Amino acid sequence: MNFPILTWITFLPLAGMLAVLLVPKGKDEQGQELSKTIIRWIAAGTTFLQLVLAIILYFSYDTALAGVNDLKSFQFVEKVSWINAHLPMVGDINIEYFLGIDGLSVPMVLLTAIISFLAIFPSFGINKAVKGYFAMYLLLDLGMMGVFTALDFFLFYIFWELMLLPMYFLIGIWGGPRKEYAAIKFFIYTLVGSVFMLLVMIGLYHSTGTFNLVELMNQGNFMPGGIFSGTGTTLRLVAFMGLFIGFAIKVPVFPFHTWLPDAHVEAPTPISVILAGVLLKMGAYGMIRIAFPIFPDAFAYFQTLIAWIGMISIVYGAFCALGQHKVGKRDFKKLIAYSSVSHMGLVILGLASMRPEGITGAIFQMFNHGIITAMLFMIVGVIYDRAHTRGLDDFGGLAKKMPIYTGIMAVAFFAAIGLPGMSGFISEVLVFLGAFKTYPVLTVISGLSIVLGAAYMLWALQKIFFGQLPEKWQGPWDPTGRIYKTDDVNLREIVALVPLGVLVIFLGVYPNPVLNLMTGSVTQLIELMKPFIH
Amino acid sequence: MTHDTLLTLSVFVLLTPLLSFMINIFFGNKLGRLSGVVGTTILGIDLLMAALIAFSKLVTYGGEHIIQTRFEWFSPGSYAISVGYGIDNIAAIMLMVVTLISFLVHLFSTIYMEGDRRYPKFYAYLGLFTFSMLGIVMANNFLMMYIFWELVGISSYLLIGFWYEKDSASNAGKKAFITNRIGDLGFFAGIMILFMTYGSFMFEDIFAGIASGTLPFNNPTMLTLAGIGIFMGAMGKSAQWPLHVWLPDAMEGPTPVSALIHAATMVAAGVYLVAKVFWMFTADALTFIAIIGTITAFVSATIAITQVDFKKVLAYSTVSQLGFMIMSLGTGGYTNGFFHLVTHAWFKAALFLAAGSVIHAMHHAMHHMHDHHSDPQDINNMGGLRKTMPWTYRTFLFVTLALAGIPLTSGFLSKDGILAGTLAWAKLTGGWHWIVPVMAFTAAGMTAFYMFRLTIVAFHGEPKTKIAGHTHENPVRIVLPLVVLSVLSVWFFYSPNPIDASVGWFHARVVQPETAVPAAYQWEFLIQDHQAAPAENHGSHHALNALQEETHHYHYLAMFLSLLIAGTGIALAFAIYQYKLISADALEKRFKKLHTFSYNKWYFDELYHATVIALMLAVSKAMAWFDSVVVDGIVNLSAGLATVAGKVTGLFDHVVVDGAVNLTARVTGFFGSRLRKLQTGNIQFYVVMLLLGVILLFYFFV
Repeated sequence: MNFPILTWITFLPLAGMLAVLLVPKGKDEQGQELSKTIIRWIAAGTTFLQLVLAIILYFSYDTALAGVNDLKSFQFVEKVSWINAHLPMVGDINIEYFLGIDGLSVPMVLLTAIISFLAIFPSFGINKAVKGYFAMYLLLDLGMMGVFTALDFFLFYIFWELMLLPMYFLIGIWGGPRKEYAAIKFFIYTLVGSVFMLLVMIGLYHSTGTFNLVELMNQGNFMPGGIFSGTGTTLRLVAFMGLFIGFAIKVPVFPFHTWLPDAHVEAPTPISVILAGVLLKMGAYGMIRIAFPIFPDAFAYFQTLIAWIGMISIVYGAFCALGQHKVGKRDFKKLIAYSSVSHMGLVILGLASMRPEGITGAIFQMFNHGIITAMLFMIVGVIYDRAHTRGLDDFGGLAKKMPIYTGIMAVAFFAAIGLPGMSGFISEVLVFLGAFKTYPVLTVISGLSIVLGAAYMLWALQKIFFGQLPEKWQGPWDPTGRIYKTDDVNLREIVALVPLGVLVIFLGVYPNPVLNLMTGSVTQLIELMKPFIH
Repeated sequence: MTHDTLLTLSVFVLLTPLLSFMINIFFGNKLGRLSGVVGTTILGIDLLMAALIAFSKLVTYGGEHIIQTRFEWFSPGSYAISVGYGIDNIAAIMLMVVTLISFLVHLFSTIYMEGDRRYPKFYAYLGLFTFSMLGIVMANNFLMMYIFWELVGISSYLLIGFWYEKDSASNAGKKAFITNRIGDLGFFAGIMILFMTYGSFMFEDIFAGIASGTLPFNNPTMLTLAGIGIFMGAMGKSAQWPLHVWLPDAMEGPTPVSALIHAATMVAAGVYLVAKVFWMFTADALTFIAIIGTITAFVSATIAITQVDFKKVLAYSTVSQLGFMIMSLGTGGYTNGFFHLVTHAWFKAALFLAAGSVIHAMHHAMHHMHDHHSDPQDINNMGGLRKTMPWTYRTFLFVTLALAGIPLTSGFLSKDGILAGTLAWAKLTGGWHWIVPVMAFTAAGMTAFYMFRLTIVAFHGEPKTKIAGHTHENPVRIVLPLVVLSVLSVWFFYSPNPIDASVGWFHARVVQPETAVPAAYQWEFLIQDHQAAPAENHGSHHALNALQEETHHYHYLAMFLSLLIAGTGIALAFAIYQYKLISADALEKRFKKLHTFSYNKWYFDELYHATVIALMLAVSKAMAWFDSVVVDGIVNLSAGLATVAGKVTGLFDHVVVDGAVNLTARVTGFFGSRLRKLQTGNIQFYVVMLLLGVILLFYFFV
């Protein structure tokens, strides 16, 4: 592979960001508007190019190669020595610029490219500090993509931290009324997770002398006497837990999830889309890329606990979403945020099962949840932009006023409750089938979410779309007709929503294009873990 | 037709209604009133293709068990998940039931739904429903079955809540979907048990696995549990007690929908499922099924007696009849249970379409009289419709006879078989199982009573209101479906002998499958006796097993009893409502408590609201509170503590650390100012001091 496609995919947003920063501000009002438009289209163009590259990557990816812990079968590998220094006290530091993908990361790279591109469209509505916004947006894109392509722990860590900063500003500056609170909460939570990760990373380097994630998976590379050498030692268990908590915060699972509802509620629509669509997946990805295969013995030790955490998140998230029925301000976004906790719990349960169906289902669920929840948040954004409220009680009867919108929304809602024919169904079924083999009782309890999910989703659907239209929305959304010419969704929103809806239905009927990417790697991962699991 | 042609044609039959959905959902607004024509035409074509398949399967390949295919859908790892579809005899018959009723309902709705603002949507949803229902019919594996099961659920949801401006309609849709999901949870758990054990979703693989003696978790109880789990899905869809509460509410949907979905086809899907996987039920699972079916048949019959809403009476009657079918399957009467499904589909669709005809006429009359307050569905507003709507009345009366189980109708044939089956089953199993036939016969008597109460109150006598007097018979597109469906309720279509179904083609084509369950966990009388091959005749009757033999013996007794009981019910209805020999009001007063209990549907809704739903909402409320107060409280508290700690360290930093620094500075300054005096700038002084120093050092170290 001569063309460094992964570097291009990862660092293209950086080029876009520089271009955005170079756009002059414009002198008069007209010039400023022009400048904003140029900035928006630069961002759209950059992410579109990234998406094109990701699609090329998808079609040139060889599904026969497994990756995971086999260096040779990683694809599009780029590996150069980056930092090579001799430090006093520490010794030789050797950090590599090491990118590569396998079946665990390809779906995530695709997802990131799709969501990053489509979330640009709701971003067009942002009018405050447009230059800063898109610069941050593209930086965020860079960080996310980097996390999914990096195979060097240190590099991974840098991307992980890099993504944190723009996210903080995107919520903190462009967010809602409690944006500062939400932003700092997000920041501190993630930072706590990062500290654990940093410590374990240093410890791993001490034990092996490498940051190479693939080599770290080979227990033979651990030097005798290193702090993480041996199997099943207390230190390894502690290290695993540290990593797991670091990643679990990001997922998020109970009880580390409370930053999520706040972040979602305060974040602007496109940032909610990215947060739910991509960021949450980084946690689960970290588990299967780093925590589980490097510490398989510790995973085996904590396997049941992890399954429990998954089950609790599923049921607890579903109940909390249903609980929006009564408590506090009934916020549409909060409902979806809690449903995310529930749906991501399913991912954890699938991973804990360590069965091919469970893991495949979990990764596919990550992908599907990304698509479906992105849709849901865009849908909330559509009415929020018009009505400037997200309160579930403020609406009713919208089906009459906005029929196309209702149709699109129905696809997203039914996908979220796992209706067959939609992609979410396949992944849910796979997770349940896999998990049932390992944890039948926990799985049946988790099945409660099938009922609860239908309850809270249909309840929200009824609240917003059925019944009578409230007095205040009887007229057109925008009487001047300047921003919204029709009462239904406009073209920009359709362009963002319809591809996601089509993808949801297509993958629900024919999931192979995504499933085939991962089966080889999943088998490889399970082979790696198997000797350690009793 | 070869097997391949038949299978290919089946795909077309399945997908054609989906085409109707696509056209009407995307181009409905452009089509406007044409969408009804498009939908009906497409369904007509579908019906013809389905008829070809049914004919081919039942006549040409009648002896073959199933014509099917399988293919790999997707792979979750080292193996692929197989799915497929196939046509067996019951599927062939169901194809006819679904496409014909769907076609008639499409036709009927061109008038009934005329002028509705979402007319094209209605046809779109009908297409979606028909597609999903046909999917259930053709599934030959649990995965496809479950998929179409859910799709049927969603189309039912959309159609019940079709008039979503009314809260009662959207509530009913929601209730139907969620109640069904509870059943589906069991269904899915059952599927998971089976998939884990046999590694496949295909019926054939699973039944072969069970027959080979492999049991889930090596435990026969788990096989029973899997069976009960699967059956829970059927309990949801077929509205079996205690999950029956959604069906009466579903009457909020347009009446043609009630006829198609909530009377004839979708609600029968549960019965169809039980029949389809009849192989796998153990004796214990079958007993469970029988009990649930019996309770359902009995409880809903008692409720139907006192309802005053035309459609509600029919709805509870549907629940009751579904109970009969389930009970029949549970008592081992496979053929009779499925037979009742088919006969019931025709006459119950006819009853509902007749109800639609009445309601439509009532609506028109009300519209004519500028009355917007009366309830067009309350039977106490009707009366005398016999004269104004003669065709509706005639067809209604005939299918009422069929439902009551009067000879010369199809309903007699199927119900009689079921009742005889329960007697035989109770005889062979003994003990408290006799409660099943007792309740079944009672329910049959109540059926005759409440149906004639409905007929007499609504159609006979004088009009009770002016509206009823102003009703008119509907046009042919409404009447024709009624006639077709009534004709199909004549005995002749199923058996040449009006009192014995077992000599007809239906019983010859729908043969009880041999159980796959190991003998130790199955009723002895359900296991086929291979020594006594079917060729060996017992008179004109082929008995596959001891149960059928026994059922045959009970045939005449059952017939006699059921006629006696049904006759009594009808006579009672006439005595009370037609000739007023007994005052209905006096009866109501005399049995006040019983009447209120029945009228309020045994308070099941209230019970669920007070228990399950209240509990769920309380838990969700508690958890949401816990989350925002406790979990988030801990987070905010630790953040607050960190702030306090920050302040403390800040203070420490300011007072102690900074103080120390400042102190150092001051001390240094103090000494500095003193020592400064030594810095004189005089070279000689420095040299002296240097020498002094060297001498001192020399003194110390040497």
